[in-house]
Amino acid sequence: MAILVEMRKEELMIEQPEVNKEEVYQTKDLNLWYGDNHALKHINLDIFENEITAIIGPSGCGKSTFIKTLNRMVELVPAVKTSGEIYYRGRNIFDKNYEVEELRTRVGMVFQKPNPFPKSIYDNIAYGPRIHGIKDKKILDEIVEKSLRGAAIWDEVKDRLKENAYGLSGGQQQRLCIARCLAIEPDVILMDEPTSALDPISTLKVEELIQELRKNFSIIIVTHNMQQAARISYKTAFFLNGEVIEYDQTNKIFSTPSDKRTEDYITGRFG
Amino acid sequence: MLWMKGVFNMSSQKYAATLSVQEMIAKKKRQRKNWSEKIMPVILQLTAIISVLTTLGILFTLLVETFAFFKDVSLKEFITGNTWYPFSEPGQYGIMPLISGTLRITGIAILVAVPIGLAAAIYLSEFASDKVRRVIKPVLEVLAGIPTIVYGFFALTFVTPILQKIIPSLEIFNALSPGIVIGIMIIPTIASLSEDALGSVPIAIREGGLALGATKLEVTLKVVLPAAVSGIVASIVLGISRAIGETMIVSIAGGSTPNLGLDITGSVQTMTAYIVQVAQGDAGYGTTIYYSIYAVGFALFIFTLIMNLLAQWISNRVKEDY
Amino acid sequence: MKLIDQEQVIRRMKPRLFRNTFFKYLFLLATGLCLIVLAVLFGRIFIQGLPYLDWQFMNSLPSRKPEEAGIYTALNGTIWLMVVVVPVTMILGVGAAIYLEEYAKKNRFTTFIQVNISNLAGVPSVVYGLLGLTLFVRTFAFGKSVLAAGLTMSLLVLPVIIVSAQEAIRAVPSSFREASYAMGATKWTTILRVVLPASLPGILTGSILALSRAIGETAPLVVLGIPLFLAFLPNSVFDEFTALPMQIYNWTSRPQDEFHALAAAGIIVLLALLIVMNSVAIMIRNKFSKRY
Ligand SMILES: Nc1ncnc2c1ncn2[C@@H]1O[C@H](COP(=O)(O)OP(=O)(O)OP(=O)(O)O)[C@@H](O)[C@H]1O
Ligand SMILES: [Mg+2]
Repeated sequence: MAILVEMRKEELMIEQPEVNKEEVYQTKDLNLWYGDNHALKHINLDIFENEITAIIGPSGCGKSTFIKTLNRMVELVPAVKTSGEIYYRGRNIFDKNYEVEELRTRVGMVFQKPNPFPKSIYDNIAYGPRIHGIKDKKILDEIVEKSLRGAAIWDEVKDRLKENAYGLSGGQQQRLCIARCLAIEPDVILMDEPTSALDPISTLKVEELIQELRKNFSIIIVTHNMQQAARISYKTAFFLNGEVIEYDQTNKIFSTPSDKRTEDYITGRFG
Repeated sequence: MLWMKGVFNMSSQKYAATLSVQEMIAKKKRQRKNWSEKIMPVILQLTAIISVLTTLGILFTLLVETFAFFKDVSLKEFITGNTWYPFSEPGQYGIMPLISGTLRITGIAILVAVPIGLAAAIYLSEFASDKVRRVIKPVLEVLAGIPTIVYGFFALTFVTPILQKIIPSLEIFNALSPGIVIGIMIIPTIASLSEDALGSVPIAIREGGLALGATKLEVTLKVVLPAAVSGIVASIVLGISRAIGETMIVSIAGGSTPNLGLDITGSVQTMTAYIVQVAQGDAGYGTTIYYSIYAVGFALFIFTLIMNLLAQWISNRVKEDY
Repeated sequence: MKLIDQEQVIRRMKPRLFRNTFFKYLFLLATGLCLIVLAVLFGRIFIQGLPYLDWQFMNSLPSRKPEEAGIYTALNGTIWLMVVVVPVTMILGVGAAIYLEEYAKKNRFTTFIQVNISNLAGVPSVVYGLLGLTLFVRTFAFGKSVLAAGLTMSLLVLPVIIVSAQEAIRAVPSSFREASYAMGATKWTTILRVVLPASLPGILTGSILALSRAIGETAPLVVLGIPLFLAFLPNSVFDEFTALPMQIYNWTSRPQDEFHALAAAGIIVLLALLIVMNSVAIMIRNKFSKRY
């Protein structure tokens, strides 16, 4: 781990972001309960645009819950209660007038297991634009190509756009899902362990892609894999039992964590 | 903003210079009225409520017309009377003969269906290879899918003549032949539901017996069968319910003579067959005979409902067991 | 001291094994009996009916003379019946299934609807006939029309269609719905564009099987008073009609052997129709079975 962080340090120097970045997300004393289970406790996080923010922590600590709260997907679970505020670009997403559909149009999501629709590759990508009323074939063609290029999968699928997406490999399916997400040009992309179902080579490709996407999107990524967090993220939040223990620049978290529990976790003493 | 940066600013694109996808979406959204989101749940709920209305409709229809029937006939005569002879003047409406006919035919059907259905279930679940299963299962499905009119034809033109060779005193219309054929018809119900029940007995229970050196038969009869008994009973009850409600087979092959007793060689009449007989004839609307089919239908409905609820109750108890 | 006398166990083993084998074959015999019955039933009907099954039979109106009689009006009527039953059951059945699977909250009312549906499936078909007689033939005054019979049949097969459509919808992975919601799709859009297309093969399979039940049903039609014999064709859903099983019933209830042969020929047509429908259903099931 130490060597890895050493290697990363130089990289991160180059990648130091310019100051005055805007926050995309600010959570203010966010709490969430599944019935009686208090799954998120007093979360206060500011997440900045055009950064990759990693969320790490042991299983069951609330990572998925947290990012599903950011686009309010968590509300699909019955008996979920929340308190506190989440500001997305300055607007409280729990506001009565804020339609979830509008929020989710701006905030895309990539899931742990690739979940393309059982449709053609083309129809998968065109799904987002279509449901939002874009029907013009020429525009759709453009969007499909651009999104697939953006997800670095265009060359692999350009000759088989009409084929079923389930003919693709797992890694290709995941990049297809990323492309599907890009098709409506979201502002933020939430990713919940996007590589945990993939083999090492596909993982590498997706990681490269995420790095590339950072230039245009703000990315919040949950990962179980600490090397991955160290490799790709600029900031890292460490969750434990529904609380944020530490939130800082990734190189700081991995070299000189300020909390004992963070250190224990990243040095593999538990989790 | 977003559409002005990086890979997403490809100059070859016509629209990218003017509008981003997000802007197009926002524009479309303003044009669209989103009524379907509000109205569809209501419409769909109405379609679901149709099923409740059907039940209410059945109950209401049967009750109202049965009530009209009981203006002419006393409830006491209907339930306790021993003669069903509506075509005389005045008609006699004691339902016992119809129930007796129904029970005789159902009894025969069960005597045929339970041993065969159960044996088939045991064979399929405990002994059969996958190959045999793949032949037998579709056969059972086909048997279950044959229209009852076909079974009725088969009973009258094939089974009855054969039975007459064995039992010379058998009349053309009798209880035996439709009883046997209904039994054949409900074999699939009993076999497949019992097989499910046997199949859901945990493997570990079987292995316990087999490991002690018991034969498959011993394990099946002494361990698996007792464990699955509720499911099997439920399947038999369901089979009884179907036999009671079966109409065409008895109408075609059973005859139209309502009588009491245990005779199965002569013409009988079941509740269902009576309804068909009257509906086919020209009993005028509003006559006592007309209303009587609803009273009989109501009795039939109650019988089958009790059987179905009983079957559900038994099989729900099974689910709690494991 | 030994508690178990091994020799005795071995001596007893033989009859036990014999019993095992004996019963195994007894069970097999019982199971095989189903196959034999099916073969006899089909064989008998084919032998009896095949001589009458020709082009003239398919194209002729019913007649008092067996050699001139045909199945044209009945087949035509069955198709008319489907014209009512197919859209009504598909809309009501799939609609109710969507409601129960996607919208309904888990409360008493939903449980009630669900229990009600499974109980309706067990109501004898002749009782549906009584409902249709009062409701559609008399109260709505549709008479003994295609419409009255079609609606009655629809109510009869509705529970089956609802349950199978529910199963098909339930089998759609929730990850599809999540993906759609995450792109800002509304619930109805998600159902229309993701859930229904993904469950369509299952819905179709179940519906075809349910409709094949409606095609063979006779009792409700008899109760409604649908004529056993009709020499003209319906022009609209408000006209009188007769259907395949009714025609078969009519021929079966005549005493003459010639008419029984005609009934057998009619049964062959009916069974052929059912086999075609079931094959289509199986084809759909195999073609689309679980690609994701
Ligand atoms: N749908 C749900 N209903 C009830 N409780 C839930 C639900 N989903 C998660 N929980 C609970 O909330 C807590 C946080 O779960 P969450 O899925 O967010 O953890 P996680 O950090 O993503 O774990 P993992 O690394 O295993 O994915 C756990 O205690 C879990 O049991
Ligand atoms: Mg998780």
